[in-house]
Amino acid sequence: MHELPVTENILEIVLRHAEQAGAAQVVAIHLVIGDLASIVDDSVQFYWEIISQGTLAAGARLEFERVQARFRCKDCQHEFTPVPGELECPQCRGIYLETLAGNEFYLAAIDIESKVETERVDA
Amino acid sequence: MSVRIPVIENILNANDRLAHENRQKLDMAGIFSINLMASPGAGKTSLIELTLRHFAEHYRIAVIDGDIASSIDADRAAAAGAIAVQVNTGGECHMDAVMLQNALETLDLAEIDLLIVENVGNLICPASFQLGTHRSVLIASIPEGDDKPYKYPPMYRGVEALVLNKIDLLPYIKFDLDYFRRGVEALNPGLVTFPLSCTTQDGLDAWLEWVRGGVELARHG
Repeated sequence: MHELPVTENILEIVLRHAEQAGAAQVVAIHLVIGDLASIVDDSVQFYWEIISQGTLAAGARLEFERVQARFRCKDCQHEFTPVPGELECPQCRGIYLETLAGNEFYLAAIDIESKVETERVDA
Repeated sequence: MSVRIPVIENILNANDRLAHENRQKLDMAGIFSINLMASPGAGKTSLIELTLRHFAEHYRIAVIDGDIASSIDADRAAAAGAIAVQVNTGGECHMDAVMLQNALETLDLAEIDLLIVENVGNLICPASFQLGTHRSVLIASIPEGDDKPYKYPPMYRGVEALVLNKIDLLPYIKFDLDYFRRGVEALNPGLVTFPLSCTTQDGLDAWLEWVRGGVELARHG
């Protein structure tokens, strides 16, 4: 349950990039989160709506791209998606596994409306 | 019309950057630092007390205690001879690099050989937040059960040493050591492990020797 500081970090990154790009408004935020990263989407969404108020990013849509965990067994090379609570290869019962995917935890992109365009719309 | 701006930035970047700065400060001061993590009641404070008593005459030790409230742990550390700093995390479930940075500013680092950070009792959140310490250590304990590696993989993956405390209770509690070890080995192959009991002090010497090795290395670089 550390989604509040995580969401604060997301806001900090979003605002920094939005300001650099001269944004008038942030419309959407694209997050990539692996299943091994212990982050709950709904909880981030909940905090987001509170802490983004009064910023350039208020009301921006959060888009979560979830990445399934993938392991490769170092003994038999079998690749699989792990079942939670199991730490062995379903094929050979080996326990030496390499994580191929699932630890992702980054902000991929933001969609913005720039100041120039907004002014044009206003006119 | 909206425009897409590519960002590709790790969400915990800010924390990791500060952790890196903390590490540099600790390196410069020649301090060996440990981030001690465990569930509540595993024996963090007891292990710290024993470690303090053992090294009291040889090393100057500081303990930074993270708790959501109270200064009970810092008081115990101070009573055992440490320079103790209490960090109340304000309800937050883990310590982060900013909290350690603020705590370090209250200490005279030149006066310290060994720094122990006692993280908030929790097997989930502290694993995600690097502090910048040299070693992350997890204390597991027999009464918690042998399934903990299977239930909390990120915590077991992210540490450099494991203490298995309360081994004196093995005769009384159903705990399959092989099952536990197999889980640990899958998550963190070759992890250095210290089975011990803070009550009987069995196995304590190996832990103390490991700490001593770290302090000596940091001192003489």
